[in-house]
Amino acid sequence: MERSRFVFSGSGGQGVITAAIILGEAAVLYENLNAVQTQVYGAAARGGATRSDLIISDSEIWFPKVVQPNVLVCLTQEAYNKYSPIIRPGGLLIVDAHHVQIGRRVDAVQKELPIYQTVIDKIGEPIVFNVCMLGAVTALTGVVQPVSIMKALKARVRKDLLGVNRQALDLGLELGGKAA
Amino acid sequence: MKGTVRFVQGNEACVEGALYAGLKFFAGYPITPSTEIAEHLSLRLPEIGGKFIQMEDEIASMCAIIGASLTGCKVMTATSGPGFSLMQEALGYAIMTEIPCVIVNVQRGGPSTGIPTHVSQGDVNQARWGTHGDHSIVALTASNHQDVFAMTVEAFNISETYRTPVVLLLDEVVGHMRERLVIPEAGEIPIVERLKTSVREGVDYHPYLPREDGRLPMSDFGGVHRDNVTGLYHDMWGFPSDDPSVVHGLIRHLIDKIENQTNYLTRYKEVGVEDADCLLISYGSSARSARHVVENRRRRGERYGLLELQTLWPFPHELVRSKCANARYIIVVEMNTGQVCQTVRLAVDRPERVFLANRIDGEFITPTDIQGMLHLIQGKGL
Repeated sequence: MERSRFVFSGSGGQGVITAAIILGEAAVLYENLNAVQTQVYGAAARGGATRSDLIISDSEIWFPKVVQPNVLVCLTQEAYNKYSPIIRPGGLLIVDAHHVQIGRRVDAVQKELPIYQTVIDKIGEPIVFNVCMLGAVTALTGVVQPVSIMKALKARVRKDLLGVNRQALDLGLELGGKAA
Repeated sequence: MKGTVRFVQGNEACVEGALYAGLKFFAGYPITPSTEIAEHLSLRLPEIGGKFIQMEDEIASMCAIIGASLTGCKVMTATSGPGFSLMQEALGYAIMTEIPCVIVNVQRGGPSTGIPTHVSQGDVNQARWGTHGDHSIVALTASNHQDVFAMTVEAFNISETYRTPVVLLLDEVVGHMRERLVIPEAGEIPIVERLKTSVREGVDYHPYLPREDGRLPMSDFGGVHRDNVTGLYHDMWGFPSDDPSVVHGLIRHLIDKIENQTNYLTRYKEVGVEDADCLLISYGSSARSARHVVENRRRRGERYGLLELQTLWPFPHELVRSKCANARYIIVVEMNTGQVCQTVRLAVDRPERVFLANRIDGEFITPTDIQGMLHLIQGKGL
């Protein structure tokens, strides 16, 4: 497989770091791939623009950070402004239509998806915003099987919240599938 | 390797390694970027009948693990630079009294409180010479989670075998990043258990009288034997002495028991060293960027090699000298102002071949940083 380099960005509390960890778990624990996840630590992780890097590959990963992501996800305007210039030419840029107004054009496939709005309309719980985003990313990239994400969620999420997580993942897969 | 697959932080890999090695007592004071070690052990140790104590500071933490080790437990503490500074006095006490213990230092930028959430490898020489007086120390490091696990087990095994503190020098990048860890099944990695005295109750026990093989069996403190422990120079009963022959014998013993075992204590990995024209030497997370460069260059048919040191102290002079013998130039990749680079220069013939590729701004050294150094050197026509 081609090495996938993801950057998930947004603001503290949106769950971008958790999303990266879940995708990493899906790849390593359920698809026997290699993954390395890192994140920005510090005051920025509480409110300001936060970022988590994830590399997935079937070969060994040495350098653990992402310099130029193939896949960049921006869930706030601030994150978009800060990170959109680093995307790898020809990469995939996914933004949440509610939070981000796309400005300059970058050399990448840009997808503005109504992730937040869909979660609010269909579920009403913003806490699964990140899982819905993960569904869209999975549908658009095919980096892991949706069933692997679901397994990772089962191992990590409280039982009474599994239902809404499953629903959010399915909504995300649908959003991503339509946009592909 | 069989075993349970996990996707965890390096700090958690260290916790798993410590528990695998038989850790029973942890005392510490949480500090970034080592906090997850304390966090996970606070959950895991009570489950196996172990003890976790959050102490008032790092001085107390170090003293607590020394006391607990004397009673027969395998012990560990974890900290970062500022806490490691506070531990130095008690670290010297553990060296002098020959008490097995493991001290994890997940390095961040210093001096002082420095840059808490960013990476550095600036404590290499502190691990060697942080505590006062002539002494020797064992310090290990690792660049990936499987090795963090293995080196943590090694740290316990070495500390029990040689009755010495062992410093595990991790860094923020390895401590915080997540990657695959396979936890081996019990028995897959050998574990060295505490060597206890066979002297029976009511018979004189000499805590500092070595066996024929040089090892010093211990008696659990508070058990059946009378036992004195002091940071002063002491005789075979553990009582203070200023007899020059006792003093000389003890200092030689403390240093020789480690320095004479350098070959046995040396752990390292290598890629393409035999035919390397340009040899990179690195350790800890820096070795990941160095490996990236070496793999890329070798794919292009260029003769690059990597020597990854996992034992930093006692420094493997012989190994480094022999591995560097045929290299045209040697680049030490580290995130400090050249602490290992200086030592490599002392170890090799023609030290003018040794260059430093470093980064000291709190950011992780990248393959591009290393390539920049390579271009500079090649531009000089070496």
